[in-house]
Amino acid sequence: MGTHSMNIFKTTILALSIMGLAACSSTGDEDMAASTAATDTSGIDATTAAAQRAEAERLAREREAQQRMEAAALNTTVFYFDFDVSEFMASDRDVLAIHGRNLAANSSRRIRLEGHADERGTREYNLALGERRANSIRDYLVVNGASLSQIETVSYGEERPAATGQTEAAYRLNRRVEIK
Amino acid sequence: MRILRHIFMLGMLLSSVARAAELNIEITQGVDNPIPIAVVPFSWGGTSALSEDVGGIVSADLQQVGEFRALPPGNMLSMPDEASEVFFRDWRILAQDYLLIGKISHSPGSQMVQVQYEFFDVAREQKLVGEVLTGNITQLRDIAHEISNVVYEQVTGTRGAFSTEILYVSAQFVSPELTYYRIEKADYDGHRSQILVESQEPLMSPTWSPDGRQIAYMSFETNLPRIYIQEIATGQRRQITDYSGINSSPVWSPDGTKLAMVLSKDGSPDIYVMDLMTNQLTRLTDHPRAETEPSWTADSRSVLFTSDRTGQPQIYQVSVNGGFPERLTFDCFYCAKGRFLPDGKNLVHVRRDTREDNSYSIAIFNIETQRVITLTDTSLDESPSVAPNGSMIMFATKVNGRGILDAVSIDGRVKFRLPSAQGDVREPSWSPFLN
Repeated sequence: MGTHSMNIFKTTILALSIMGLAACSSTGDEDMAASTAATDTSGIDATTAAAQRAEAERLAREREAQQRMEAAALNTTVFYFDFDVSEFMASDRDVLAIHGRNLAANSSRRIRLEGHADERGTREYNLALGERRANSIRDYLVVNGASLSQIETVSYGEERPAATGQTEAAYRLNRRVEIK
Repeated sequence: MRILRHIFMLGMLLSSVARAAELNIEITQGVDNPIPIAVVPFSWGGTSALSEDVGGIVSADLQQVGEFRALPPGNMLSMPDEASEVFFRDWRILAQDYLLIGKISHSPGSQMVQVQYEFFDVAREQKLVGEVLTGNITQLRDIAHEISNVVYEQVTGTRGAFSTEILYVSAQFVSPELTYYRIEKADYDGHRSQILVESQEPLMSPTWSPDGRQIAYMSFETNLPRIYIQEIATGQRRQITDYSGINSSPVWSPDGTKLAMVLSKDGSPDIYVMDLMTNQLTRLTDHPRAETEPSWTADSRSVLFTSDRTGQPQIYQVSVNGGFPERLTFDCFYCAKGRFLPDGKNLVHVRRDTREDNSYSIAIFNIETQRVITLTDTSLDESPSVAPNGSMIMFATKVNGRGILDAVSIDGRVKFRLPSAQGDVREPSWSPFLN
């Protein structure tokens, strides 16, 4: 009976410390949460304490991975589009959401979205296509918390290709929006 | 007189240290049965050699438009330079339909030259026209084009466009960080090119005012697309738009009072018209999809434009007072950049027939008969511009990865090409009549 209630107590503390980990963001807080868990579970056996430390380390690693992923997402600044399509690819949604939240968290940050098209078709219509692509990304950033005043959009149409040549591979690289 | 006016304008043109893209004309396709014409080398009374071969320029002009074949001077039996020396038998034997002769003279010490020419119908043994043109010795090329205009009109009944010019954009790639974009102007045949605008940011959509004295274009020089108007002779220019979003595709109304353009300030690209006296804007289209590529009807009362409101680009026409646009094209996957020939019935456009064919050609669609004629066989054709006499269409295409200018007659029988010696050239705009 005693052991059982102790187990329940331990679980609660662990849950609290997980919430603490999820809520805070600096390594200092994390250490404090870990030591709190150690203090509150004083009296339990050494194996359990080790398991708790391992869990805390696992969470720290996860959070680091998350930070790395966000940094990588923010370093991803070119988004590609299918032929004659102005909506960004579904696979870019998570990365763009991170950009949007980052803008929301940094209200003084300003970006420029440069839309581009491949060379097929007429130049002036391609200008419209490039703008529509930039707007598609702008709107998703705003949905994720960015403010319209933080974002300037400009279309270069087919005037600034990233790749030359009349190949599908070059065209794919040219249908893009760049965050600057 | 006309020739004289021309030289004063030339003298005031901007000079530039950068070299304009040199265009070298190549005739790529002519008609099956061209009209045989003999152009005798013009005689010259002066002592020093002339800078231009007037007869040679006339021969080249007439052959470029494909309907004529000039007799090589080496095959000629006689070389008359005035009517009294012409023996029609000499030309009948050589199966020539027409004969052009001339002589160039000047008073000693003078810069002015007199070019006398006479044009004959060989079968009828009749002189059709004869004139003396006077100009500065530096204007021999202008004088030669003027003679070509007269000969062409005598034979075809259509006004010649040999004294016209073209605008185009050149792009010279230096490194991934540096490309020079230029708006250049040249004779219709690519000669005498010169730079009017240069920028390290893209330049687009150069176009002529109806009097040929100004150009309008879009420049990214401020890192945003904005429209500018520039005086050709002085280089003086002004920015005329600064709206958020796309500011592009300026086109003067034929009466010169208005400028149609594309602005996306209200959310998506739409067609607007600016009154050039009052700077007042009128919005012609109001649709959440893209409306772009305006072009005027000859009466300045309607504007053609491209819209993808049904999914893919198609060509529409709307009154300059606004109202509901009429759709003109239906049977194509992609029909864009429409502009009427001077007859107001034949619609020149960029056409991709089906999603599968993946080829963009220049075509003409007759809005009365609904007949479509595809004129070109390259696959990345765009930016068609019609000569002011309606005889030929110049357009941009890619050959071996290079941007070049091509021209095709409206019946598709004649083609010539203006490849650039360096860089890409594109977006040709044929001038109005300048003489």
